[in-house]
Amino acid sequence: MAYKMPAQKYSGQIQEVTIGSDLKLGGESVLPFYSFDGDMGNKPVIGMEIWDIIPESWPEGVLNTFKDVADDPVKWAKYCEEKYNPDFICIKFEGANPDGLDKSPEECAEVAKKLAENVKVPLVIAGCQNNEKNAKVFTKVAEALPDKNYVFLSAVESNYKEVGAAVGMAYGNIVAAESSVDLNLAKQLNILVTQLGIKPEKMVMDPGCAAVGYGFEYVVTTMDRIRLAALQQSDTTLQIPMILPVSFESWKVKESIAPEEEMPEWGSQEDRGIAMEISTAVGVLGSGANAVILRHPRSVEVVRNFISEMTE
Amino acid sequence: MALNGMQIYKLLPRKNCKECGFPTCLAFAMKLAQGGTEAEKCPYMSDEAKAQLAEATAPPMRTVKFGTNDLEYSLGGETVLFRHEKTFVNRPRFAVMFSDTMSPEEIEKKIKNINAVNYTRINEEMYVEIAAFRCESQDKDTFISLIKKVTEKCSKVVPMVITDNPEIATAAVSECADKGPILFGANEQNHDAMVNLAKENKLLLGVTADGKEKLYELVEKIQKAGYRELLLDAGSRNLKGAFDDMVNIRRTALLSGDRTFGYPTVAFVCDMAQDKMMQLACASLFVEKYASIIVLSDIDYSLALPLFALRQNIFTDPQRPMRIEQGVYKIGTADEESPLLVTVDFALTYFIVSGEVERSKVPSWILIPDAGGYSVLTAWAAGKFNAKSIAKAVKEFEVENKIKTRELIIPGKVAVLKADIEDELPGWKVIVGAEEAAALPNFLKNYQQAAS
Ligand code: B12
Ligand code: SF4
Repeated sequence: MAYKMPAQKYSGQIQEVTIGSDLKLGGESVLPFYSFDGDMGNKPVIGMEIWDIIPESWPEGVLNTFKDVADDPVKWAKYCEEKYNPDFICIKFEGANPDGLDKSPEECAEVAKKLAENVKVPLVIAGCQNNEKNAKVFTKVAEALPDKNYVFLSAVESNYKEVGAAVGMAYGNIVAAESSVDLNLAKQLNILVTQLGIKPEKMVMDPGCAAVGYGFEYVVTTMDRIRLAALQQSDTTLQIPMILPVSFESWKVKESIAPEEEMPEWGSQEDRGIAMEISTAVGVLGSGANAVILRHPRSVEVVRNFISEMTE
Repeated sequence: MALNGMQIYKLLPRKNCKECGFPTCLAFAMKLAQGGTEAEKCPYMSDEAKAQLAEATAPPMRTVKFGTNDLEYSLGGETVLFRHEKTFVNRPRFAVMFSDTMSPEEIEKKIKNINAVNYTRINEEMYVEIAAFRCESQDKDTFISLIKKVTEKCSKVVPMVITDNPEIATAAVSECADKGPILFGANEQNHDAMVNLAKENKLLLGVTADGKEKLYELVEKIQKAGYRELLLDAGSRNLKGAFDDMVNIRRTALLSGDRTFGYPTVAFVCDMAQDKMMQLACASLFVEKYASIIVLSDIDYSLALPLFALRQNIFTDPQRPMRIEQGVYKIGTADEESPLLVTVDFALTYFIVSGEVERSKVPSWILIPDAGGYSVLTAWAAGKFNAKSIAKAVKEFEVENKIKTRELIIPGKVAVLKADIEDELPGWKVIVGAEEAAALPNFLKNYQQAAS
């Protein structure tokens, strides 16, 4: 008997979403990297994370790389863009945190505007821990940068009305709907956001992220199920590209933060952090991420290589 | 292919003697077809019928073994393509590649690295399970001395003998037969000899061919020759091609129900990239989909920490949450003066926290309330880890009788609970710890110093 490849047919397709003027996400009608089944759509993209304040909490291994530019987000973004060629820049307004510097939404909008003027690649605007404050920050930033097709990370259950109304409806940017590692929660929030009047081509989703080793199996399973529902059951409410802030999680865990003096047998802290970031990124890409956010230039290089080899 | 109840019925003795516990042979056959009982329950079935039944009811993907005694491992046996459908059962095993043309320094370095990586994560011992040996010198003695050297120095590895020369294979296998090695290299030309060698020594046999079509034909031949302890390799040595092989071999078995490809696969990541971080990327993908042996060029902690952690996550049973028993746990030689911490009953969290407390060398107590088996923030968000559940545990486990301290150290992520807990537990003071448990050793040392 001759071998027969078990081709799988899918009835659904992931929505294509354009970030900025021409960075396209999604469009695939097969499981991640299943080129043997059909059209893989646009290849996954990589963004680099920067902060509006000096990220003193970052482990040395990654902070050192940016020590000359980390005091100024515009310098930092341009440095990344010129040196490492990311598909987008993710600016995280950590300085807005009410428990920290509590910067005003206007200050944040000012920074975002300067970035937009100086950087060629599109921006992803991320907030701090505080969802209430984020809604205010996102509103001001979106107002300062209307119709840019920038992504705002993110609208959650408690603030999606405010974020959706400003970012998506009033100022024509892209809303990222973030839920907590659960297919039904993701679906519900996507529906709520579309009910505000936001079109699916103006949405992305963050289904919840974790670092490998830290509840990551729930992340993979949630993403697998979202993709299967979108592609096999043609669930249109889940046919939204996924963006995963890998670096937010992977640089917090012990493997990435324990200094070498403390764990001498573990070796270079920088290497460990990079490795946790790469493994987490590949892990979510293998389950359907269309965009990942990373910190370390080395991770960017390796994950880009990985994506090219898988898609070319 | 699977048999239905009537087909099974025809294989039975039809005595209706009830010894199987069923009223009739037919009732027994029906239950058997659904997988609700075992063929052994009927004492009167002929051997031939038993064999036919075993064949028909065998799972789509075979479970194979390698190694011996404490170092014996199972591969394969998977029944689903996605872990949420049921669970993945046999985790992939990691190998480091040696060649007999490598310099002695390089070999020594790898031996050292293999021995250095050995640690425990959430109750599981992590280390490289396999040393792969590629015979490139085509010289029997050189090859055997390499295997000897490495297996003597790395006591935990099971050897994987890689050669397509049956004569060299015979010599190498007899050298390490007591370790239950994997024999890799059966191909179109040598399969008769290799199958015989594997059969004689009961070895897991790696079968390799140039592409899935050729591999399929070769496996059919080997199955006809009566050997089924196989490990498959469809020959791709680039990432994209190897991913295609892993996914489609697995789908052929599980979706098409075709047992010719119902065997585990091996991914030679060492041949897909030079760069160690790129090897890590490839290996991470293959942990998810769907390699059973992953061969790396080398190992160190930066590779092991994410890879073993990812593997541990992906291969936990989604139907059996990893929960630990509630109570107050003693770490080290804690006495009634020792510090008290509280965390949740999610096994992952508990083992991370208790590991850090152990590392601090400060004898301590850890209180585990009923937190629904969730992580700190999940349990908090779900309303299971709060002042009430913590206070309840303090009472239930008679903490106030066991320990003199009236200070409770809580996870930094739930700092908001401080005031509530102090309300619920009069006379107690709540200390907010760090967000990450990694900070506990320093924290506890300072805490102890401040106290004395
Ligand atoms: C996996 C996961 C789940 C799994 C649960 C797995 C489990 N058994 O816990 C599932 C999918 C079931 C789940 C469900 C929910 N989840 Co959940 N989940 C996660 C996820 C991705 C990882 C959690 C994890 O395993 N962490 C690893 C463990 C080891 O961390 P940990 O317990 O916190 O322990 C660390 C520290 O706290 C510290 N530590 C622990 N104990 C102690 C003690 C002391 C003294 C000290 C000093 C330190 C310390 O050490 C550890 C390592 O550093 C996180 C997001 C994330 N990336 O963290 C969301 C997250 C925790 N979930 C969240 C939510 C909201 C939920 C739900 C309520 C969603 C819903 N509305 O249904 C449900 C609740 C369950 C229910 N329905 O009843 C939110 C919580 C938001 C918040 N800040 O309140 C998070 C943060 C996601 C998000 N960003 O929205 N979740
Ligand atoms: S024990 Fe065997 S022969 Fe007897 S009733 Fe059961 S199936 Fe029939």
